[in-house]
Amino acid sequence: MFRHPVIIRITHWINAICLLVLLMSGLQIFNAHPALYWGKVSTFDTPLMAMSSTEDDPPKGMTTVLGRNFDTTGWLGSSAGSDGEAVDRGFPAWATLPSDQDLTGGRSWHFFFAWTFVLNGLAYLIYGLVSGQLRFRVIPSRDQIRQFGASIREHLTLRFPQGDEAKRYNVIQKLAYLVVLLVLLPVQVLAGLAMSPAMNAAFPFLLTLFDGRQSARTVHFVLAALLVLFVIVHVVLVLLSGFWNNMRGMLTGWFVIERRVEPLPSQGSTGKTA
Amino acid sequence: MKGPPSRRSLILGAAAAAGSALLSGCDRLGNAEWFRRTLKTGEDANMFVQRLLLTEAKLAPEYAESDISPWFKPNGTEDPPDRTYKALAKRKFADYRLEVGGLVETPLNLSLAELRKLPVRAQITRHDCVEGWSCIGKWTGVPLSELLNRARLKPEARFIVFHCADTMDQGQDAGGEEAEDGGEPAGNANPSMTKQSGAGESKRDAGGQQAFEDSAAEGGSPVRFYESIDLVDAFHPQTILAYDMNGQALPVSNGAPLRLRLERNLGYKQAKYVMRIEVVESFAHIGQGNGGYWEDQGYAWYAGI
Repeated sequence: MFRHPVIIRITHWINAICLLVLLMSGLQIFNAHPALYWGKVSTFDTPLMAMSSTEDDPPKGMTTVLGRNFDTTGWLGSSAGSDGEAVDRGFPAWATLPSDQDLTGGRSWHFFFAWTFVLNGLAYLIYGLVSGQLRFRVIPSRDQIRQFGASIREHLTLRFPQGDEAKRYNVIQKLAYLVVLLVLLPVQVLAGLAMSPAMNAAFPFLLTLFDGRQSARTVHFVLAALLVLFVIVHVVLVLLSGFWNNMRGMLTGWFVIERRVEPLPSQGSTGKTA
Repeated sequence: MKGPPSRRSLILGAAAAAGSALLSGCDRLGNAEWFRRTLKTGEDANMFVQRLLLTEAKLAPEYAESDISPWFKPNGTEDPPDRTYKALAKRKFADYRLEVGGLVETPLNLSLAELRKLPVRAQITRHDCVEGWSCIGKWTGVPLSELLNRARLKPEARFIVFHCADTMDQGQDAGGEEAEDGGEPAGNANPSMTKQSGAGESKRDAGGQQAFEDSAAEGGSPVRFYESIDLVDAFHPQTILAYDMNGQALPVSNGAPLRLRLERNLGYKQAKYVMRIEVVESFAHIGQGNGGYWEDQGYAWYAGI
């Protein structure tokens, strides 16, 4: 079946690139002050979370979360730089863009891809609304809501729908996309904007919404982590539910629906044929 | 993990290799001039859109006394190494004069006492560092518009440049000069902004050549801090030259005796140790021509986000 119209395929891949660049350049920006706070200002002595390095030789990387210390040497706080030497930095070089400490470079990447992300997202949303694709993709239908429990059981056992049922997204998929597309991503943009002093002057409600600039920064960080989680689950499920078929779907638009051979009276648990 | 590599470790290894190739490719791209310029269009768009959204009447949020941060984190230069500045500080800035010149009809030359007699504005605002942290402080000072109106801008005036007392990078020959003062090149005071590599030699002193002939300026070409803003920001009601912080005379670490408060902008625009205000038509001839010390290190001239 023809599953993904060309605009959805294009916006999907642009979005994928944007999210990856935004994540890595965002970690670069975070590294300029690797600590998070709640409220209007930074409470430097009592961060919600902070990464630092110790005076030891070689230095240890420490991550403090809600007052508890964790040794995160090699990952957070202290890790190998591009020349292999241990450097004091929040996230390691392989996770940031640019890889070396470079706040201004990180900001350039971040803003360019933030604009690309927003314009691409708007194109997707407008197309999705006009074509009805968005509704078809993310709003569960009545029968799906009724079968919610069964759908969860199916999902947990990694049994994927086949036949006609595979032509549409299942209820958990729809809800996940709904939350990501219409809640996480827009709130992520708002939290980013709430960190801008100019935007605070133009739209003071942004600060009210997030309970202050430092909270907005923390929300931006946490939402980024949730988006990473979503992408991991998304990629794992793409792999498990037929990688090549899914890739063909998102690259060419064509997706193969496997027909279940029905009925199968002798389908035994041993899998042996009669 | 001896023996032939498993399929999983092969796939993981390939993924890691692809990832690091991608990252180093991105780094190379980020160093290419054309790509850098392309990326910068994102920051140009920030300015374009934010200027559309921000009328002069839009004020940065102001806070209550109870919101004031117990400690206002100083950043960048915290103790200017320059001799002239140290001499001024020793006498509690009694000899300090602020010069206002350039494209003005009536150049000004004001002492701190004279500045304090001008109209006052006090505001409790949030300071947002480009690094990500914020502090709230109370600022008292003279609105920049009061000074500019007194000096009367010439029609071709477009930018206001703030020349500051603090030397950021030492010139080639001036290296030994400051050591006896116990001062380090102040640019190193901020470890997270270490993008200052190697640019020092080519820069010339834009700051106080005429105003401040201290030993460092004679010895080489130190780069003093400077910043520039346009008239939109200059005449904003919250744009003040502050001499008090939290009801006390501005401490040296926060920019004594006079610093710019440019609310609606990030901290790096908010010049400390302001010595001279120059009104210009273009800042292309100052420093490396990007409009400020941090701008010469690659930061965007517009710092609203």
